[in-house]
Amino acid sequence: MALATRTPGRSGPARTAPPAPPRGPRTAVGRFWRSTIGKKTVMAVSGLAMLLYLVAHMVGNLKVFFGPEEMNGYAHWLRTIGDPVLHHEWFLWIMRPLLLLAVVAHGVAAAQLSRRDLAARPVKYAHRKPRASYATHTMRWGGVILALFLVWHILDLTTGTVNPRGEAGHPYENIVASFSTWYGNTIYIVAMVAVGLHVRHGLWGAAQTLGAGSRTRDRALKVTADVVALVLTLGFLSVPVGVMTGLVE
Amino acid sequence: MNLTLRIWRQPGPDSEGAMTTYEVSGISPDMSFLEMLDTLNEDLIERGDEPVAFDHDCREGICGACGMVINGDAHGPERTTTCQLHMRHFTDGETIDVEPWRAAAFPVVKDLVVDRSAFDRIIGAGGYVTVATGSAPEAHATPVAKPAADTAFEHAECIGCGACVAACPNGSAMLFTSAKVVHLASLPQGAPERETRVLDMVGTMDDEGFGGCTNTGMCTTVCPKGIPMSSITTMNREFLRATRKGGGSR
Ligand code: HEM
Ligand code: FES
Repeated sequence: MALATRTPGRSGPARTAPPAPPRGPRTAVGRFWRSTIGKKTVMAVSGLAMLLYLVAHMVGNLKVFFGPEEMNGYAHWLRTIGDPVLHHEWFLWIMRPLLLLAVVAHGVAAAQLSRRDLAARPVKYAHRKPRASYATHTMRWGGVILALFLVWHILDLTTGTVNPRGEAGHPYENIVASFSTWYGNTIYIVAMVAVGLHVRHGLWGAAQTLGAGSRTRDRALKVTADVVALVLTLGFLSVPVGVMTGLVE
Repeated sequence: MNLTLRIWRQPGPDSEGAMTTYEVSGISPDMSFLEMLDTLNEDLIERGDEPVAFDHDCREGICGACGMVINGDAHGPERTTTCQLHMRHFTDGETIDVEPWRAAAFPVVKDLVVDRSAFDRIIGAGGYVTVATGSAPEAHATPVAKPAADTAFEHAECIGCGACVAACPNGSAMLFTSAKVVHLASLPQGAPERETRVLDMVGTMDDEGFGGCTNTGMCTTVCPKGIPMSSITTMNREFLRATRKGGGSR
């Protein structure tokens, strides 16, 4: 263990008010949320929940290649899940708050951790080197892009507000309309590449955070993250590409 | 060898600092990086200038005192400590940038010397290990399985130099803390305080102003002792286990 050079009379972050440790939360949940590992755990769990949703969403989107009846029928079926126990659309209205909770928890933890992380390196190195992988250092900006895309996407295909057609109950026609505009395609393609990069680092990172990583499993986890990210992005991108190439019209 | 050095000079904790350029000549490729700095300091003293302050002690790669960022790499281009880095890894006429560890939790004391006592406080938060005192214990009383002994030893190799914090874009001390946590958690001797230890050490780590882990893995690429990334995931597992069990004295 290195000898520690102490600075008499000079205070670093924890030294400004030494012996009394900062009065932390008393409950286990409070302590968990306050710790960096706790927040990362929240990010990992919420991220994995969103990822599961995205995989299902991507597979569902492929219905578009089988024509309007298939797609619109699928969209209608989504509203009948749980029938007759659940009333029309109840399933969707159960999922929406849960997804919203995941997005908010993920985003709030990301923002709080990012602030901490940036403050922990107040002086940058004069000699800078390119570091880490592209996927790794685009997590923060990529996340922000995804959050903005989410808003656009809901206004486009859920509420139809910004959709050129925006007809409720006709997702097939709305999709074709959206992907017939240059901006609709551009926004979507950028966001799907961002999702791929985010999941590539995020899925492996989540395994690390949840303690599922290990030396022997590391390779397999990295390959899994790469494959899931690639399949997800290609699956999502196939829809606008289908419309652009006239396969879907 | 003749070299141009750009070294961070800062007279005291609260003063302004700057990268300052020096020329050194007559450097042998067999010198260590610290011996090269000694040569520079002799020149500076002869000229009546203030020598460059840097931490060092054993100069054999086991104490962890020496540490500086050389050309953007903690401990320089080789995976070793600065005292064990030799000048043959540089080329004649090269310009070398030398900076202190940069982290909010490691304030600069002077030039290349930083205050790493935050690490001591993390260790302190780990507390004691319960052992029976009195006569020497019977050697076979507590069997330790070979794999557990190997894991413990691998993590006990950490010398607390702080390179992991210096290399991490978030100034995170996760690799250091995990080396200590995993070391003791692997052994039967560390079992009684297993939960409180990880919760208290992680709590102190956070309180000291280190950043969080974003799994960039930069820490492991500079660790002179090869503490692996799996150390961090193991600590995460220990932390979650301890949280479930509701331990911790904080
Ligand atoms: C609301 C927009 C989002 C923001 C602001 C955001 C931001 C972040 C940030 C900053 C990280 C940590 C990066 C790191 O550890 O290096 C992260 C991790 C992660 N994100 Fe997101 N993200 C968002 C949306 C998503 C979505 C839609 C998914 C679903 C696929 C997702 C899945 C993940 C996963 C699985 C992790 C890994 C958690 C961990 O590192 O333990 N994120 N996100
Ligand atoms: S001086 Fe002891 S490790 Fe370098």
